[in-house]
Amino acid sequence: MNKPTIQKPEPVQVIKQRRDHALEQLVGGVPYIQFLGIKFERRGDELTAILPFQDMLIGNPALPALHGGATAAFMETAAIIELSWAMLWDQMEAGDELAAKPAFPKTIDFTVDYLRSGLPRDAYARARVNRSGRRYASVHVEAWQDNRSRLFAQATGHFLMPPRDG
Amino acid sequence: MPQAKTTFNGQQFIDALPHCKALGMVPRHFGPGTAEIEMPYNTRLIGDPDTGVIHGGAVSALMDTCGGAAALSHPDAGLSTATLDLRIDYMRPAKPGDAIVAKAECYHMTRSVAFVRAVALDSDTDRPVATATGAFTVSGRPLS
Repeated sequence: MNKPTIQKPEPVQVIKQRRDHALEQLVGGVPYIQFLGIKFERRGDELTAILPFQDMLIGNPALPALHGGATAAFMETAAIIELSWAMLWDQMEAGDELAAKPAFPKTIDFTVDYLRSGLPRDAYARARVNRSGRRYASVHVEAWQDNRSRLFAQATGHFLMPPRDG
Repeated sequence: MPQAKTTFNGQQFIDALPHCKALGMVPRHFGPGTAEIEMPYNTRLIGDPDTGVIHGGAVSALMDTCGGAAALSHPDAGLSTATLDLRIDYMRPAKPGDAIVAKAECYHMTRSVAFVRAVALDSDTDRPVATATGAFTVSGRPLS
């Protein structure tokens, strides 16, 4: 039932605070995300994962290059957070109370395609949910460093969605 | 007849890799084209705070390292390697508190590519936690 009431848009600070808080709830409680030092930047609903460079991420000291495992972990984290974020969005925007600790999707499989070696500097990643059903989801991730169009890795993974009410 | 490489030293291999040291990896066993590396349980590697289960990313890093080690310990290996692609299938969550052991085997080697498969186990060794297949580069190979 739509009543023709005129609603004032919410103040921008209220919206930002709600969204940033929801994102922090997702990311803040995971020890491994802290261990790797992964941060998330938000523009509206778009998330960019950032892996600030640290020496402990090195897997080839001769080049030097990032460890493929660190790259994989970074991309898998970007995928899981993006998927959880997309799942949460409507509920959050409707003003519903969010669970203090939302359940994460579980990784079924994850395939990383290493395109060039990861340089000893910050890396960025964005994930795109290509398909999200009730039980399964398919997510693609792109990771780059200096140039957005020169990916150093891409990945695709399948995830089992947490059970939802209703 | 290919000779087993005696130059590959698993301990040195792990010690030289800062990310592996950060994850606490311990080399266990290396043979011609095979590798076994352990990653003890560590609360800093938890991916799900509700259950204490280790993050899949840490398992990926272990599998990737073990796969690379298997590629380098192969008799026809080169001096260095890099991962071309790696696919991991997560069968079940690893038991919180258990160390995870990865076992990798380089089952085929060409002049430029090493094909590797790996398995990750916890204390219930009959039911793998994860399996992986990957392709690794072969570089700096001595000319025969």
